[in-house]
Amino acid sequence: MIRAVAALVCGLIFGAGLTVSQMTETQKIKGFLDITGYWDPSLVVVMAAALIVTFAGYWLARRQTAPVFSARALWPTAKDIDVPLVGGAVLFGVGWGLIGFCPGPAIVDLSTGMPTVIVFIAAMAVGMIANNLLRRHERGSLAAEPAE
Amino acid sequence: MTSFTPISAAIGGGLIGLAVALLMLLNGRIAGISGIAGGALTFRRDELPWQLAFLVGLVAAPLLMHAAGYALPNPIMPTNWAVIVVGGLLTGFGTQWSGGCTSGHGLCGMARLSPRSIVATGIFMVTAMIVVFLIRHVWGGVL
Repeated sequence: MIRAVAALVCGLIFGAGLTVSQMTETQKIKGFLDITGYWDPSLVVVMAAALIVTFAGYWLARRQTAPVFSARALWPTAKDIDVPLVGGAVLFGVGWGLIGFCPGPAIVDLSTGMPTVIVFIAAMAVGMIANNLLRRHERGSLAAEPAE
Repeated sequence: MTSFTPISAAIGGGLIGLAVALLMLLNGRIAGISGIAGGALTFRRDELPWQLAFLVGLVAAPLLMHAAGYALPNPIMPTNWAVIVVGGLLTGFGTQWSGGCTSGHGLCGMARLSPRSIVATGIFMVTAMIVVFLIRHVWGGVL
């Protein structure tokens, strides 16, 4: 319960940050992506400020024996630069360029109630579920291989 | 066209970083939105409550700010529904396959100096820039 409350507060702060910085506006993201047009570098400042604070926070977190409300911290362990990493980044990049939405701002913009945003989120959820099922299927077929 | 807004960008970015740092310090979890949303869609009973709470916070933030007199977000969306659906599918599938998005790779991963995340962030940024270039300056569209 306390972990959910902490996550709610974090989500509120995250959503407020995206709203204040106008990263919720697809036209602002496209203004950043349009480097040969009328370039709007605001996203660079958002990322830089966020990275500095995150870097400091993660430095502290590494020195905790355990997180405040949880038994242990789950740091990512993957190391390989593989086909899923690169292929997924290309597909996401195409989607990002087409709409100007990455997952965070898109979810924040559900607050507008716009049908276009709701349809985008529904399609995004379908894409996520499709990939989850595909990977589960791959793992399943690997596990089914007879041992040598 | 939008103009450069460095002050609100720095304040907003600082808030985003604070949220990412707090989620690790308090709950020991990475604040990657595609990871949290994709994780919620796998319905793991021990993780689902905090994941849903985080997502509710994202949507509630601009509503609370609106109640305090702040303008709601006003994104300009494509008029073609097919583009919206394709964009959503690619964003959902791609971020899950790649294991992160602008927050998971671009922020959490880059703050850990993860080579994977630096590579992924470079690739999706350059790809998106190419797509916008092709649409705006080659095809001449306004998408």
